[in-house]
Amino acid sequence: MATRQGQALGRLAVAPAVAALAAWSIVPLALAIYYAFLHYQLDNPDNTFFAGWSNFYYFVTDPFFAKDLFNTVALVLLVLAITIAGGVLLAILLDRPMWGQGIVRVMVISPFFIMPTVSALVWKNLMMHPVYGFFAHVWRAFGLTPVDWFASIPLLSVGIIVGWQWLPFATLILLTALQSLDLEQKDAAQMDGAGTVDFFRHITLPHLMRPITVVILIETIFLLNVFAEIKVTSVGGLAGNLTYLVFSQLNDANDVGEAAAGGLIAVVLANLVSAFLVRIVGRNLEA
Amino acid sequence: MARRESLAKKSAWTLVAWAIGFVMFFPIFWTGIAAFKSEADAYSLPRTWLTSPWTLENFAIVQARSNYLQYVFNTTVIAVLSTLLGLAFAIPAAWGMAFQPETKPSVNLSGKAWALILLFFFAVTAAIALSVGWRMTDNPLLGLALILLFGLPIAAWVWTRRTGDKLLWMLSTKMMPPAGALIPIYLIFNRNGLVFRQWGGVDLGDWNLIDTFAGMVPLMMLLNLPIVIWMLYTYFKEIPFEILEAARMDGAGLWQELSKVLAPMAVPGIASTLLLNVILSWNEAFWTLNLTNKNAAPLSFFISEYSSPEGQFWAKLSAASLMAIAPIMVLGWFSQRQLVRGLTFGAVK
Repeated sequence: MATRQGQALGRLAVAPAVAALAAWSIVPLALAIYYAFLHYQLDNPDNTFFAGWSNFYYFVTDPFFAKDLFNTVALVLLVLAITIAGGVLLAILLDRPMWGQGIVRVMVISPFFIMPTVSALVWKNLMMHPVYGFFAHVWRAFGLTPVDWFASIPLLSVGIIVGWQWLPFATLILLTALQSLDLEQKDAAQMDGAGTVDFFRHITLPHLMRPITVVILIETIFLLNVFAEIKVTSVGGLAGNLTYLVFSQLNDANDVGEAAAGGLIAVVLANLVSAFLVRIVGRNLEA
Repeated sequence: MARRESLAKKSAWTLVAWAIGFVMFFPIFWTGIAAFKSEADAYSLPRTWLTSPWTLENFAIVQARSNYLQYVFNTTVIAVLSTLLGLAFAIPAAWGMAFQPETKPSVNLSGKAWALILLFFFAVTAAIALSVGWRMTDNPLLGLALILLFGLPIAAWVWTRRTGDKLLWMLSTKMMPPAGALIPIYLIFNRNGLVFRQWGGVDLGDWNLIDTFAGMVPLMMLLNLPIVIWMLYTYFKEIPFEILEAARMDGAGLWQELSKVLAPMAVPGIASTLLLNVILSWNEAFWTLNLTNKNAAPLSFFISEYSSPEGQFWAKLSAASLMAIAPIMVLGWFSQRQLVRGLTFGAVK
């Protein structure tokens, strides 16, 4: 049993981290609420006054808001679809006995370690350039007209890049989970004459449900905040999301109040999502 | 009985897996090729990549044009210092929560009572803010008082929770979208921030954290602190309690217990956490793009400069990219398992 002295020391040891994180989570929030009700523009700070709800009103009625809200959700769903479907397939594939498994694994997970600005620019130029890009060459080789990715399907293009970055994450987690699937269970199922499809449906998939949930929830947190990929490929006007809209309110419009109001809307959105995550991770913690 | 795969079957899976692995890796591979070509050749790549000459000139040009090593230095400083600072906060915290857990709240108030208390403080804060006309430019003390009035009840609530709830709350701070924190942090970092323009009689006209290590290192530390604490916590949790008890039976004091028994067993977990944190901060690209532009700008910012280039730039972009990703990619290969553990907050091991 922990001693009283140890307990006191334990509380003391936790204090700095709690204080730091409390400051980190509370001070920006308090200030964001404050600025959100303020008419405050960086290029005219002397004309600052209480603005009521007007910042929220202007942010929501901004022509970009509806589009960017849609883009935010669409991008999350698109990337989730790519990474979950691809991740399950890749994990099952990598779980097979083969030669050079370690090397294949390294190749598959590498994209996850590429910084977002690099993957965005490499994809936009070397891969997706409408004339010189690799895809353009492939398309022409098949006698097709190359696609002008970022001009004609900007959201899908960003989705492909982000999906490429996050597919390794899903694969890695699902593979880790697969490898903990009991070997005996596999053998038993085989002896019972279960086919590949049956085995997948009744054993593999149920076993993967929990890790899939974890992947969905964690990716969602990060995907709601995709920013660098949109900024450096310069598609903020075509396929911007809420994060980008807040950035442009600050950066292009110099409007602190409206940007803060937009930020608060993003906070509410993220909290709706994360309420689920905390609950599920919490349940796993108890188990 | 183990499953026996026929040789043909194994060969087939090997072939498929290698093909898919190569497709996933291809953009990186292609960047690696373009980095060693001349600009003209980089633009005609697929047809000529085996025949066109190889060159190292891009690396020299990138360094000469933009002092590339400076960015490497900045990235390293931010990643390493923020990691060490984070560990200084996280190791005691994880130790306390893993070995001295509190199983019940230290203040016994119902959820309803807490909600009422918090609401009351929010209402008071809002009432004061509204009554003073909402303008705090010239009154930083009032601003600070209001932040404390708003924040302290929340902090008190967190502080009195049992350990499990504290952990979940830490996790929840990671979910704060950067878009929400961008404006306040930008204004705190920037001398124009309303609250910080003046401090009593002291003029804070020179206050500036934008594009400085003093700003970026603590920021990066706070961004990753929840992950670091969680990961360390799950590692510490695995250290069997019996060993500690045995040490205590043998008369080990708290200090001996920490230094002789716990520390050696905690080293692998700490090393893994360190590795993951370096990778995360190396690749961070929201705050670095928004808050740096020269002095403390890391590689992620440097690469973003290529989004509006002049003339042909693919070979140089590739060379710069390759140097920016290579070290961290290799680190990543060696930390696959830790990555799973850290990024799923211990839910998948």
